[in-house]
Amino acid sequence: MQAVLDLIPLDIGLILANFDRFMWGVWMTLNLTFLALLCGGLLAIPMAIARASRHPVLNPMVWGYTYVFRGTPLLVQTFLIYFGLGQFEAVRESWLWDPILSSAWWCAFIAFTLNTAAYSTELLRGAIIDTPKGEVEAAVATGHSYAARMRRIILPSAFRRAIPAYSNEVIFMLHGSVVASTITLQDILGVGRWLNGRYYLAYEGFITAALLYFLIVLAITRLFRWLERNYLGHLAPRDSEAPASPQ
Amino acid sequence: MNCGAARPRSQTETVMDLVFEYQSQLIAGTLVTIQLALASLAVSLILGLLGAWAKLSPNRPAQKLAGAYTSIVRGIPDLVLILLVFYGGQVTVNAIGVSTGLWGYVDVNQFVSGFLTIGIIFGAYFTETFRGAIMAIPRGQIEAGISCGMPKSLIFRRIIWPQMVRYALPGFTNNWLVQLKTTALVSVIGLQDLVYNAFTAGRSTGQLFTFMAAAFVIYLVLTALSDIGLRALERRYSRGVVRAV
Repeated sequence: MQAVLDLIPLDIGLILANFDRFMWGVWMTLNLTFLALLCGGLLAIPMAIARASRHPVLNPMVWGYTYVFRGTPLLVQTFLIYFGLGQFEAVRESWLWDPILSSAWWCAFIAFTLNTAAYSTELLRGAIIDTPKGEVEAAVATGHSYAARMRRIILPSAFRRAIPAYSNEVIFMLHGSVVASTITLQDILGVGRWLNGRYYLAYEGFITAALLYFLIVLAITRLFRWLERNYLGHLAPRDSEAPASPQ
Repeated sequence: MNCGAARPRSQTETVMDLVFEYQSQLIAGTLVTIQLALASLAVSLILGLLGAWAKLSPNRPAQKLAGAYTSIVRGIPDLVLILLVFYGGQVTVNAIGVSTGLWGYVDVNQFVSGFLTIGIIFGAYFTETFRGAIMAIPRGQIEAGISCGMPKSLIFRRIIWPQMVRYALPGFTNNWLVQLKTTALVSVIGLQDLVYNAFTAGRSTGQLFTFMAAAFVIYLVLTALSDIGLRALERRYSRGVVRAV
């Protein structure tokens, strides 16, 4: 075993000695990413309904929001909130400053939530629009109101159809969460950068971080494959195996 | 500190004055961002075509290699790879220099390592885009080309390429927009791009919101222009195609 380890030109002992820090980094990355996905996803549902409607005010308003947040880098959005808001005295003196807007975690969380809400809105809108016309007609014919057919017919099937696209969004959000390390947070990459800075290394911290992210992506891919099999089985092609979805 | 009603107006004036005072820095940063995005696009287009060719070829090792490339790159966040290539590359290049004695101490350039890394990352996404586009071309058309005695290069040029462009354009637009935004991360290794310059200007004037907002707007303009231009191109390449829906 030792002979095998000696072949790897990395200081494995150092990585193992700091493994608990990396595990805290994993916790930070996962809870930041998934809380943002949860809150962003909840915000996305009403916005996607608005985007799929023909409402003359709500539809363009939500479109403007998603266009702006999908057209700019997450890094700039995060910097704008974390570094930018402190410029205004009114913000610094408000009750929001002390517990929330002066904290790196909250700023990252707000930026990630707004970002993922924009992307999720558009992909859920696509799934809502793809609802087969016959299903909606059947709902109307049986006397469903707009709210009732949204709740009973359109949304349940739209959520299922959105699963493959949403798996990409989850992975993109996980990838995007590395931005947290640029505003001092100790996520997986933050710990890797800390390790490299402290011991003046070039590989160990980044390679460990890369491996951890890779494992998480692998787990997410598995989870979504299971979800697709369970909730989207009726749409799978009959004979061939399910194709790997290009982004 | 509130100095009466005249304050807000004069403040907005000074804010705009400040942005104009630093405009050369913002413009220089924007140009670096655009150059970085275009250089990395060139790398990723080449890698994407090679990757798609490898994935579709009957050669097993080539398929395996391309498969490993796309799944590894897509499993690791961009910034991790950018940092790894920049800092790790620095050490590796110098270690090779020392052991072979061919060169002395070399400083790895942020621009070069940045565009190569982003190009390699997006090469994986373009591989999937091009593979999907080539697969969308009906097999019978290629067989027809073969039966007419066309050589492989002619089949590619006359049958595959024109249709591949049409099928690949929506994916291309999507990838390019993500790629353009990803270049912002290179500011972390100290390249003086739009984010870096806006940040330093904001820090030295104490107006970080103003300058980050300026960068925000510039990125939005760049992505909006790309979006409009590429959509026009999509329409051009879809001439003669009847849409079912």
